Parts: sequence; C-alpha cells; structure tokens
Amino acid sequence: MENKKHVLLKIFVSTLYLSAFTFGGGYVIVTLMKKKFVDEYHWIEDGEMLDLVAIAQSAPGAIAVNGAIVVGYKLAGIIGAAVAILATILPPFVIISLISVFYNAFRTNFLVSQMLEGMQAGVAAVIASVVFEMAGGVIHGNNPVSIAIMVLAFIASCVLQINVIYIILICGLLGVIRTLIEKRRETK
Amino acid sequence: MIYLELFWSFLQIGLFSFGGGYAAMPLIQERVVTNHQWLSMPEFTDLVTISQMTPGPIAINSATFVGIKIAGIPGALAATFGCILPSCIIVTLIAKLYLKYRNMAMLQGVLNSLRPAVVAMIASAGISILITALWGSGASILLSRTNWLLAAIFVGCIVLLQKFRMNPIWVMVLAGVVNTAFSLLTGK
Repeated sequence: MENKKHVLLKIFVSTLYLSAFTFGGGYVIVTLMKKKFVDEYHWIEDGEMLDLVAIAQSAPGAIAVNGAIVVGYKLAGIIGAAVAILATILPPFVIISLISVFYNAFRTNFLVSQMLEGMQAGVAAVIASVVFEMAGGVIHGNNPVSIAIMVLAFIASCVLQINVIYIILICGLLGVIRTLIEKRRETK
Repeated sequence: MIYLELFWSFLQIGLFSFGGGYAAMPLIQERVVTNHQWLSMPEFTDLVTISQMTPGPIAINSATFVGIKIAGIPGALAATFGCILPSCIIVTLIAKLYLKYRNMAMLQGVLNSLRPAVVAMIASAGISILITALWGSGASILLSRTNWLLAAIFVGCIVLLQKFRMNPIWVMVLAGVVNTAFSLLTGK
C-alpha cells in the first residue's frame, strides 16, 4: 500500500467530503463509503466491506461515525480510526456551530420564524412517513413477539412516559432471552 | 460541573441509540428536554428540523447545538466527545470479536428485538414534535387552538412523501415557503 501519511490524508479527505455532502443519514453514507473505498480505491474487498457495514449498523451510536471507525481502523489502525472520526464530525460541528449563532440572532425574525414553523410541520410529516415504513416492515415480518414489543413499547413511551433507556434495556434483555431459547431449540 | 453533565448525558445518548437515523431522537428528547431542560420542546423541534436540512448525524448535530447553547464551544466539544466515545469502544470491540468468531447471532437477535421498540419510540417522539408544531408548546391541545394551516401543510407533506416519494428536504423547504407565503398574504 502507499505510504502511511498519504493513506491517512486520503482517508481524511474522502471521509470529510462524504460527511459534508451526504444528506439522508447513516445508511446513505455507508453506501457511499463502499463506493469510495471498495469500488474506487480498491482498499477493501467487497465481502469484507459488507461485514464492516453490518458492524457499523449493529453497534450503538450514529452509523456514519461507526462506519468511519470500522473503515479507518481497517485501513490504518487506531490512527486511521481517529482520523476518520475527526473528518466525520468536523463538518456537522462547524455547520451547526454557525447555525446556532444565526439561530439565536434570527429566531425572532418574522420570516425566519414563519419558515421554521412551516418546516416543523414538514419534519413531523417526514418522521411520520419514516415511522409508517418502519412499522410496516415490523408488521409484514409477521412475528407476533416483535409486533407485541412494538405496541407495548409505544404505550410505555407515549402513554406511560417511561424513560426510553429502560425500554431499550428491557427489550435488549428480551432479545438475549429470545436468542438463547432459539439456540436451545436448534440444538435439541 | 456542566461539561461533565453534557459529556455524561451525550454518552448515554451515544450508548443507547441503536439503529441509526432517528433512533437517537427519543433519547435526545428524554435527556435534553425532559431531564435537563437544556432545550424547550420548540427548540428541540427546531433542532430536529435543522438536522434534517444539514448533513451529519442527528446525535452529533444535537451535541454541538446543545453544547454551544449551554456552555459554548468547550461544551460542544464535551458533548460531542461523550456522544462518540461509546461508538469508539463498542465498534472496535465488536470488530475484534467478529473477526475472531465470525458469528453475530446473539447481536442480531438483540437487534431484532430492539428494532420494533425503536420504531415505537420514534413514533412517540414524532407525536410530541407534531403536537409542538400544530399547537405550540405548553398550550393545551384544543380544537380551537389548532393551527389549521400547519395541519394542512402536514397532511400535504405526507401525501408528497408517501404518494409521490418526493425528497424530504424539498418537502420541508416547500412546507416552510407555503407557511411564510400564507402569513405574508394574510398579513398576520
């Protein structure tokens, strides 16, 4: 492989670019990472990239950050991961810092507040549409336990206002138990 | 100490958000709005709106936005660092285990049970955002207090997203423009 400084620079520049210009969240960014590092640079093999993406998606936290960690680590170890993380969080950090300044100065401006008010209704619609799709996926999965989890978790968070961290912990634990039961069934 | 509180809150957000994208949203609402009251519900709704319009994961955007508002740039750094720390540790750990055992059955099992719960919690957070958008914060949900223009914009956006598969960013811009145009025309 090319010398290390050059590799790190390339990791930094390409991750920075992806992070600054990717709208639409983590799933989009890992696809673009694959294009860059597998198809363009040939630094990672296709199959291995699939595994890296699976890891990025199953670990907690932002998928874009997780993706940067796995790719950076795979290419140049801890330093590679650090460089990739820095490049990933730098664009949102700068953009949101600038916006916060303007937000405080302009939130009371008539046009800005009307614009934001309309966009709030828009974002509510975007979230609703995401929820329809995700919930549809769960329902079509036809697994009664999963559907029950969805309904109960909704009641717990929306009606009973239970702390979401407890809901996640309980459902995670439930997942461990379900997997153990399935494994026992398979070995029998 | 405020830096430590920001770090700790966003560490929990980073640690418990599984599934990427909107999965962090209910956690951010719980920690930042309900628990610490660092943001009001309308400010949180603005933050989600801004996050949707800019690149970068919502958790990182929130860490920057909340950190700056509460304790300036050092606050933003503390919150962002807290947010990515769990990812750094857990992703590396999973990557190592995965390379060793090539088996993620348990992790996948846990995720299968978490996913329906995450959908439910996003729905619940989405409902509070919709309420904030249509009725404002603190105001009671009365039919007479409904902002019917925003309700119509919300329904219109759903149609554009679900039926016409329009890009969410353009849908939101359109929602903002329509609301601004109407308030200018009616001279409110």
